[in-house]
Amino acid sequence: MAAQGGGRPDRIGADAIGPGHNRAVRVILPRALVSLFPGAVGELHLDGATVDALTWALDARWPGMRARVVDERPAIRRHLNVFVDGRRATLDTAVEPGATVYILTAMSGG
Amino acid sequence: MSKAKSSRTLILIGTKKGAFLAESTDGRRTWQLRGPYCAAWPINHVKGDPKSGTIYAGGGNEWFGPAVWKSTDRGATWTHSSAGLAYAEGETPIKAVWSLGGTGERLYAGVEPAGLFESTDHGETWRHVEGLTDHPSRKEWQPGGGGLILHTIVPHPTDPQQLWVGVSAGGVFHTADGGATWAPRNKGTRNDYLPEDQRYPEYGQCVHNFAMGAGSPDRLYQQNHCGMYRSDDGGRSWRSIEAGLPSTFGFPVAAHPRDPDTLYLVPLNGDVLGRYMPDARSAVWRTRDGGATWQALRNGLPQQDAFFGVLRQAMATDGHDAAGVYFGTSGGQLYASADEGENWTTVAAHLPAITSVETLIVDE
Repeated sequence: MAAQGGGRPDRIGADAIGPGHNRAVRVILPRALVSLFPGAVGELHLDGATVDALTWALDARWPGMRARVVDERPAIRRHLNVFVDGRRATLDTAVEPGATVYILTAMSGG
Repeated sequence: MSKAKSSRTLILIGTKKGAFLAESTDGRRTWQLRGPYCAAWPINHVKGDPKSGTIYAGGGNEWFGPAVWKSTDRGATWTHSSAGLAYAEGETPIKAVWSLGGTGERLYAGVEPAGLFESTDHGETWRHVEGLTDHPSRKEWQPGGGGLILHTIVPHPTDPQQLWVGVSAGGVFHTADGGATWAPRNKGTRNDYLPEDQRYPEYGQCVHNFAMGAGSPDRLYQQNHCGMYRSDDGGRSWRSIEAGLPSTFGFPVAAHPRDPDTLYLVPLNGDVLGRYMPDARSAVWRTRDGGATWQALRNGLPQQDAFFGVLRQAMATDGHDAAGVYFGTSGGQLYASADEGENWTTVAAHLPAITSVETLIVDE
């Protein structure tokens, strides 16, 4: 169960600093996603060897977040894009320690 | 003193850009609008649980998928969940929640692509009602203009094992065993889009919406893409009640809260002519005799240049005496009547396109 509300999330979360972060993956989330989960932050460091593993790591922090990003095929939702070090990625894309992963909303809507 | 004066009346409004609430504390004379809620997601249905006062909102966002939102404090704060609101791995992903039915202990959600989900914990987690999607006709269901959607959910008032659902375009289906097995209930409803000798099939009709007559589980009223119908046997057979109406096309059906013979419809000008008010003059049509005769209700509604439509879930009644009637338009206007449809006032004029209207009375 996820909740909406609370203040605007910090751009840099507590996870972005601290020992060992250079071994982890830098993950940057879209504001529209962050705002759906109280306490969520727009940028953090997570451990995970694939994009899929990172979505599970997000879900462990903010239950329900993986379902907002991944559908039941399973695949990244159609109107979201994930970039690993600047290259468009899928759930199976491998992620090296120190990489930067962007989850972005695509152009959509009316 | 009427019930209306000692209670709070809420109009629950789903729109293409969020949920809204309109609230009256003065016997439905004035309304205060609040919103948008649900992160301005497209919300297809907002429904209240009269027992708990909880408000649920079903929708889907192009980016983040389907969810059922929930507020236990009349809209002040909301949570959302789609835990379990997914088909099996590898299936076409669920795009949006289209319809909600039942109450918190047994809440249903209809989704696109068409299927039914059930929650027994007030919308926290969901379970796929596989019996419906396992029905052998499922592979022949065809998407309507709004997609392949399950858009109408009508629970039996006393028997929790019974439920009717409407699918566009699969037709009406009924279960008598809590969702394990389903049977089509479309006999007598027409499909004008088939060859002449095949227009009354077992399933595949484009049902738009249906409702149950108050206190009469066997009495169902249906607005179809092709005609208006009444059933007196729980949908086993239907007969036309379209004589006296300005067209055979429309979307919503709203039943009176106490009188099973009173029903409200909003006929539009036809399925190929723009789907707006006939002659651009708006009216809600009411029957007091189970569909034998119809009366146009126009007082207070725009009588020229009314080029709007009313979508399938966008009309409702309330439980007050006299009953309130409400409808929202594709142009974002919300109209209300506090006297069974005789006179209408504008509650809101500039909302996003309205997808659903429901009511909730909170006694104080």
